[in-house]
Amino acid sequence: MSRLILKRLGLGVFTLWLVSVLVFAGTQVLPGDVASAILGQNATPEALDVLRRDLGLNDPLVLRYVTWLKGFATGDLGNSLASGQPVSELIGSRLMNTLMLAAYAAVISVPLAVVLGILVAVFRGSIFDRVMNVLALACVALPEYFLGLLLVLWFSVQLGWLPALADTYPGMGLGEWIKATTLPALTLVLVTMAQMMRMTRTALLGVMDQSYVETAWLKGLRAPRVVLRHALPNAAAPIVNVVAFNIAYLITGVVLVEAVFNYNGLGRFMVDAVAKRDLPLVQASALAFAAAFVLLNMIADIAAIALNPRLRHPR
Amino acid sequence: MSDPILRIRNLQVTAPDGRALTRGIDVDLAPGEVLGLIGESGAGKSTIGLAALGYGRGGCRISGGTVEVADRQIVPGTRRDREQVRGARVAYVAQSAAAAFNPAQRLGEQMIEAALYHGTMTRPEAEAWRDELIRVLQLPNPETFPDRYPHQVSGGQLQRAMIAMAMACRPDILVLDEPTTALDVTTQIEVLVLLRGLIRRYGTAALYITHDLAVVAQISDRIMVLRHGELVEQGTAQAILEAPQQDYTRRLVAERGAHERLAATRSPGAEILSVERLKVFYGHNQALHDVSLTLGRGETLAIVGESGSGKSTLARAIAGLPPFSQGRMRFDGAELPARFQKRSQDMLRRIQLVYQLPDVALNPRQTIAEIIGRPLQLYFGLRGKALAEGVARLLADVGLPADFAARLPGALSGGQKQRVCVARALAAQPDLIICDEVTSALDPLVAEEVLQLLARLQQERGLAYLFITHDLGVVRRIADRTLVMQKGRVVEEGPTETIFTPPWQGYTGELITSVPEMRRDWLDGLLATRGQALETAK
Repeated sequence: MSRLILKRLGLGVFTLWLVSVLVFAGTQVLPGDVASAILGQNATPEALDVLRRDLGLNDPLVLRYVTWLKGFATGDLGNSLASGQPVSELIGSRLMNTLMLAAYAAVISVPLAVVLGILVAVFRGSIFDRVMNVLALACVALPEYFLGLLLVLWFSVQLGWLPALADTYPGMGLGEWIKATTLPALTLVLVTMAQMMRMTRTALLGVMDQSYVETAWLKGLRAPRVVLRHALPNAAAPIVNVVAFNIAYLITGVVLVEAVFNYNGLGRFMVDAVAKRDLPLVQASALAFAAAFVLLNMIADIAAIALNPRLRHPR
Repeated sequence: MSDPILRIRNLQVTAPDGRALTRGIDVDLAPGEVLGLIGESGAGKSTIGLAALGYGRGGCRISGGTVEVADRQIVPGTRRDREQVRGARVAYVAQSAAAAFNPAQRLGEQMIEAALYHGTMTRPEAEAWRDELIRVLQLPNPETFPDRYPHQVSGGQLQRAMIAMAMACRPDILVLDEPTTALDVTTQIEVLVLLRGLIRRYGTAALYITHDLAVVAQISDRIMVLRHGELVEQGTAQAILEAPQQDYTRRLVAERGAHERLAATRSPGAEILSVERLKVFYGHNQALHDVSLTLGRGETLAIVGESGSGKSTLARAIAGLPPFSQGRMRFDGAELPARFQKRSQDMLRRIQLVYQLPDVALNPRQTIAEIIGRPLQLYFGLRGKALAEGVARLLADVGLPADFAARLPGALSGGQKQRVCVARALAAQPDLIICDEVTSALDPLVAEEVLQLLARLQQERGLAYLFITHDLGVVRRIADRTLVMQKGRVVEEGPTETIFTPPWQGYTGELITSVPEMRRDWLDGLLATRGQALETAK
């Protein structure tokens, strides 16, 4: 089992390296560069040339990548091309913001989705099941900026309970912070819940048809015990998987929500960096996202292995 | 008869699609009595067994009639009534214990769960009772057995553990749903003897559900013969076996007792297949050890063995499927490459395979015409009208009506599907057909028809059969020669007649004597000859 885990870790590192190459190559394909972004459209060719030389943009592609990789390996993420500030400083606080918003959403979304998923599975075919399924599908079908705006319309404009913009600043109190970020968090909850709920339902229903669940009924057990003791543990692996996937999405897929609520997170920051062709910032942001994704999926895979009694208790 | 412990009156069970699964069945079971319910699949025997627990499987509904356990009515009744009876007064033992145990929980916990849940025992009492049952049922390492997970013990042990689990609350009634059908014959005997000993020891009544009349004859006091959800006849086990009143029962009894050969023993033609010192590996496990055999044209060679004997691996190796094998195979004088990818189109055509499970072997989205027509297109380039004629001819050859060509496999019965599989193999005009347990998923009377079909085709076309099976009754009737395998090795080989004629020896003898016979005293006789080794449970 530890060999399996080591293999997954190795694979994760390889994936991250691949991402760094792809992002690097991707930014080269984009028209324009950081020099023209900084100096604007009216810059003279001479000025652009000087700036490019200063920023090292005229070095060969491979050399620039190797330089970046060397720095990365020694913990130096480089400086922003646009502002000259260290990348780690710029990214750190925004990554923290993104992670906190994701955590806020996940704390609501995951338990709610799993519990609802269990309930709709138990009451399969009932009105409750059907209503929940339609609602879930609706939430998935609507784009998150639309959902976000709907929530703003209700909770900020009509009811006036919550602010429409998620203004946060360093040193604000927890209560303040929660009030400011509830609407974006709710939007993310709605977006991610549907898939987790439906997967929980499907996984559980698949298991409910198994012979050992019938055995449990025929022992005279009542529904809560049958579901929680006999069905759920055997449906855990796919549920853990989809939960991990959605938490990863909460971290990496928040760009639109951050934009709608003007939240100072990493997603929006990265979009800005791309617009400015600020390669070190883009690289670092992309890698942070990719690392979150890889790590969470790895945790899910390892959990699935650990939940399998055949692997935990070999013959 | 004393007051029945189970009384079922006019039982009606309806499938989700509205079909009636049982039509007005009455069952009376006296305390301590064992009642055999026998019939083919679809006879409604499992349905009746589950109704004794007030349970309908897979959306089936008990739509009429009454079920009383002791003096408590559970159908019609409240959910609470049923929950209190299930597991406590009536307990269920499923055919596949491997599927019926929760894979994520230790066996010991599952075995005492019902007793603790119903509150009939404290934990120490329940554990002590469980450990007694583990000993009575002769499970290995009784101290550590409860700590094991289902995947860590063998099928025969799981089946015994399931019986112990059903006994957790000391129920009045055990519903035994084909409890030995999934087991090898030698294991079946062990479980049967232990089960019988257990029932007698604790005076438990039982509904014993099976399609195997010979098995039920060893254990039951009375037998009910069922067909299509209706009662055919009932009587004491003795009466059903020795003086069946109904034609259907007579056929069941006759089929199981049949020993006459379906085909005359032939002198084999020229050698078509030879295998020399074949070894097959799955990873680090060696599944076959130096297996050699020869097969002549028009000959039937049976490969016999229990699960894990390597008989199916041998079939797959000859078909060229395993990724890694060593040894030498020759087919009709030419070298037969180990991997099917390396074989010529013609060689592939001449060796065909028919599988155990026709349900899985047929693509459910292709019509029968497409399924049978594919080899005709592939090997003989038939198109259009010629193809349609070819399909019609093959359907006629296997005894299916021509209008089946347009149907999908889902619309066919198990026996008809297996005939389609045979037709697909025939379409290639092979010299050798490998039959891998082709009758073991079929009901006895249907299996008999498929066997007759195979015998007829062989006589008409001079086909060679490699007949993989665990069913010695079948072997005796169809095979010219028999090869007995155990743990990947050949332990005996010779003309079927010789193999089956006493004195038997060693493993072959154990296999042959383990096949249940249609006599009530067969098990007792066997136990007497085998000594007391098995009987300590009593």
